[in-house]
Amino acid sequence: MNKEINFVLNGEKVNLEVAPGEILLEVLREKLGVKSPKCGCNKGDCGTCTVILNGKTVRSCLVLAIEVDNQEVVTLEGLMQSGLTPLQESFLKNNSFQCGFCAPGIILSATELLGKNSKPEKREIQEAIAGNLCRCSGYSPIIDAIIDITN
Amino acid sequence: MAENQFGYAKPKALNEALDIISKSVNPFILAGGTDLIDMIKEGVVQPDMVVDLKGIKKFKQITFKHDTLFIGAGVTFSELIESEIIKKQFPVIADLSRTVASLGIRNRATMIGNICSAVPCMDSGPLLAAYEAEVITAGPKGERKIPTEKWFIASRKTAIKKGEIVTGVSISSPGKHGSCFVKLGRYEGEDLAQVNLIILALKDGTFRVSFGSVAPVPIRAKKIEHLINGHPITPSLVEKACKLIEEEIKPITDIRATKEYRMHMAKIMFERGLNAAISRLNGGGPEYGKNLI
Repeated sequence: MNKEINFVLNGEKVNLEVAPGEILLEVLREKLGVKSPKCGCNKGDCGTCTVILNGKTVRSCLVLAIEVDNQEVVTLEGLMQSGLTPLQESFLKNNSFQCGFCAPGIILSATELLGKNSKPEKREIQEAIAGNLCRCSGYSPIIDAIIDITN
Repeated sequence: MAENQFGYAKPKALNEALDIISKSVNPFILAGGTDLIDMIKEGVVQPDMVVDLKGIKKFKQITFKHDTLFIGAGVTFSELIESEIIKKQFPVIADLSRTVASLGIRNRATMIGNICSAVPCMDSGPLLAAYEAEVITAGPKGERKIPTEKWFIASRKTAIKKGEIVTGVSISSPGKHGSCFVKLGRYEGEDLAQVNLIILALKDGTFRVSFGSVAPVPIRAKKIEHLINGHPITPSLVEKACKLIEEEIKPITDIRATKEYRMHMAKIMFERGLNAAISRLNGGGPEYGKNLI
């Protein structure tokens, strides 16, 4: 039943065997040691498992690992290969996160937004991160940081 | 890891997909997977074979030919939002798509998956009912075109037959029209609908009205349409139409709202949606994308 898959993960070719029932989030964390995507609700509501698949954010808890065969996956580790991104610096400056559990997902969602729209309005930012739940911050410092970087 | 073991295939052509399905005991079709993967993990469904449609290129099509819109089975809500055809010809479909779940879900979830899951609070059902869309299936006996009103049979139950795959939906343009989709959630962002409705105001003075999330299947409100078709929309006529909503829909009380609240809000949403659809038909606002509640 196992099948060999090949995909590009954070710029590097990856090759491994998976069973069709294996979930991308679990394969990333347990088999490939990529720990930034987290398991929160495990059903697509909370956004902590967000990864970028072929340029778009997806819920890795709702993707089979076998589906990413021949595709390209980017996690937060891939974005910060040469250090903190300006967006991350802005989050730091604004004290945007407390526990940080939601941070990788929010950073990826914000990255997708800013890639499409370099000057989003506050409402657009709120909409872009509406699927990323944060239980510490009340969201304001997160939104402030994203607005900051667009100025 | 899903509890049950299953096979996985990613065919490149429809015939190949149909062939795999015919040889499987309990096959499930995978498009975006935002419903299916969750159901597999929860053990709600136990496929022996998962057939991924993302290898079939023509399922990605959005076309508008001979005044008919076609949306393929692999088109995601994000792709509907970004489509120039949708923006120009059916802006209300983009409006609706923007309200579906959150960005990370819309990037995967498809409209066809939405109507195959056929959960009562789906957003796509009322839209297709109002546009009198046809659901197109392919199967061992060839193609079928099923009118929306016959597609939805009960909560989570559709007219699909064993061995069939939905290839897309087609919508004949009703000509120049104004449209409005209104969705009520507990909060803005990613919530499911407590009530949703769509109203089309056509050039000939007739209307199409559909409600969702207030019955097991989408409701085409034909009594209301009959009452208001061809008449000037006066406050007293709207009042009569609102009274008729009580006969048309059967909301229930659940975790998201009480039936009384749903009924109350359905009337308010109807009035605002009707005014917006008429105003848009006449070239006025509110602009598409504006939230009316």
